[in-house]
Amino acid sequence: MSLVNFTINGISMQAEPGATILECAKSAGIHIPTLCHLNLHDTKMVNQVGTCRVCMVEVEGRRNLAPACNTAVAEGMAVRTDSVKAIKARRKVVELLLSNHPKDCLVCARNQNCELQSLAAELSIRRVRYDGKRNNFPWDTSSYSLVRDPNKCVLCRRCETMCNKVQSVGVYSAVNRGFETVIGTAFDEPMLDTVCTFCGQCVSVCPTGALTQVDNTWAVWDAINNPDKFVIVQTAPAVRAALGEEFGMPVGSLVTGKMASALRLLGFDKVYDTDFAADLTIMEEAHEFIERVKNGGTLPILTSCCPAWVKFIEHQFPELLDIPSTCKSPHEMFGAVAKTHLAGKLGVDPANMVVVSVMPCLAKKYEASRPELALESSPYVDYVITTRELGAMIREAGVRFASLPDGEFDSAMGESTGASVIFGATGGVIEAALRTAYAWLTGEKPADVEFTALRGIKGIKEATYNIAGTDFKIAVASGLGNARELLERVRDNPDEYHAIEIMACPGGCVSGGGQPYHGNDPETYAKRAEAIYSEDRAKALRYSHENPEVIALYEEFLGEPGSHRAHELLHTEYTKRTV
Amino acid sequence: MPVADTDMAAKLAELDAYIDSLPTKEGKLITVLHKAQDIIGYLPFDAQHHIARRLGVPSSKVYGVVTFYSFFNIKPKGKYKIACCMGTACFVRGAQAIVDEFKKRLSVETGEATKDMLFSLDTIRCVGACGLAPVISVNGKIYGRVAPDDVNKIIEEYMAKDGGSVG
Repeated sequence: MSLVNFTINGISMQAEPGATILECAKSAGIHIPTLCHLNLHDTKMVNQVGTCRVCMVEVEGRRNLAPACNTAVAEGMAVRTDSVKAIKARRKVVELLLSNHPKDCLVCARNQNCELQSLAAELSIRRVRYDGKRNNFPWDTSSYSLVRDPNKCVLCRRCETMCNKVQSVGVYSAVNRGFETVIGTAFDEPMLDTVCTFCGQCVSVCPTGALTQVDNTWAVWDAINNPDKFVIVQTAPAVRAALGEEFGMPVGSLVTGKMASALRLLGFDKVYDTDFAADLTIMEEAHEFIERVKNGGTLPILTSCCPAWVKFIEHQFPELLDIPSTCKSPHEMFGAVAKTHLAGKLGVDPANMVVVSVMPCLAKKYEASRPELALESSPYVDYVITTRELGAMIREAGVRFASLPDGEFDSAMGESTGASVIFGATGGVIEAALRTAYAWLTGEKPADVEFTALRGIKGIKEATYNIAGTDFKIAVASGLGNARELLERVRDNPDEYHAIEIMACPGGCVSGGGQPYHGNDPETYAKRAEAIYSEDRAKALRYSHENPEVIALYEEFLGEPGSHRAHELLHTEYTKRTV
Repeated sequence: MPVADTDMAAKLAELDAYIDSLPTKEGKLITVLHKAQDIIGYLPFDAQHHIARRLGVPSSKVYGVVTFYSFFNIKPKGKYKIACCMGTACFVRGAQAIVDEFKKRLSVETGEATKDMLFSLDTIRCVGACGLAPVISVNGKIYGRVAPDDVNKIIEEYMAKDGGSVG
């Protein structure tokens, strides 16, 4: 197809037909401000609905201004992004947005991290000339994971696109019309009562403070400062690949050691690692997989580390609840072992032990509240905070994170292998399980420890591996829309796969709803995943079953993988739910 | 959501038969909502939820569509549906006073039905009878050049037909 010739700000350019003015301007180094627009390419998160009208540009010969994000360039087109008319129009649009926006930026959860605020600064808005009616919608604080303040919503529709098109969950819709329009739930139900999986991807893409996380930092501070409590902390694999971004470090910085030091400075009594529990998960999950294969059990086995994914299958495919692994997620395994075994070893009353999980995830907050994940009525994991919340606590404490020396995790539940850290990226859990399953089934290690065909941000990946004479067909999905596609295949053709890994967030936990905001950069997730794989490569031990602390835990407490005690503490059950 | 009302169950069964008769369910949400409102008279939440499941679309989408179009009613309507035109011509010729009079006489807000379900009151946009402004309609019958004093007469006309009581 022939290229289209056009000019932007007098610069002659060529592009493929269908390219937008915004894309072309960007490639020429010309910045056009945007608000509703978001394109994260590989994750299929593309929002170019043109609702905000911030990206208006002047097109010669056209009567009105054009939104750059969804106007294609055309032959002979002459675009001005910097004309007085365009600049005035953008300023007016932002002023109008601000006229119906709360002005409590100083105490907003998105202060200094808000796209509307940045836009107002970029366009030098110094006063708002419009003083009209303001919306006064109620907040939704029903859930354990996220808070909705519709008054801060700019109706960009990113959350709707993410929830409905990318994740195929369908919680959100525009409700009512005109000034009354609000992005709401079906029948205005509280979030807790909806089909929401609490993946938090809506929070990740929200440009303002309309969607934010439930803040548990003060509960954690109070626990740390309570002399009667013994507060231990664990950190998920993906946290170390993103926490540095909270302190201005480049995307992809690996900060495992600094993170351990920071947690100790905050006052946690012990600093442990969810990676340890990830190795433990593999012991149970690989065992369960092999048992199912040998005994004609239900296949495929589905990984169960992701609580958003678990809630998704409970709602959307309740007839398939016999296929997920019964393994708890790693941080819940950690909580169970900590309160039933570690507490005794440390001489701490489990009732006074507080387990804090630092997670890249909002769904883990919800998961910790699930009634079956509790010792009597006390949850195994007391508080879940996100990577962002940990960043906030470190800042509050005045810790200069970037210059911290590298620290170590405490022993007994702090040692980990390379297999565990890759849990943070899509494909990592099943790769870790395959490493151990291969070794257990054949009695030797695979020629290559890396199952690279299962890696990468592609929504659905498949590979077949011959292990001990049997072909095992493996599939990996990240993003719940892709998970739905894969589950429909499983439902219609149950014999196709042997094992499947699903993570709710596109790209896996590195792009979780609790991670630092991605800065609208589609490369962010891949860089974090690379940080995780680099940690795997640097580890002396890369098989979960070689983790000496995990081996010791089985010797002194759990017995064998799949033992009665392991089942009691490390496995769980699922609940049929409706849509 | 269980449908306790057996009358409602019968209505939903009728709706299901209609949905099953469609050659495709794709893009049929608004058509089905129209049919549902024809059958049930309005679109209660359990009916919306039922439609969502039958068409395989999220309930949030159904609710979004229902709340977007003023034609769709979430609350039940009375036997006699009073619609006061608030189009420009009617508005400038005193439509608000007519609406206020109906509200007072019937003790309802707009969008509501009287307790005995005999009347419901709504405002609508232009009905295309501007020459007769202000205009109201009752179950589609048009009344033109209505004055506040006429309101009671209109209500009584329908009560006489039915023998019901106001409020």
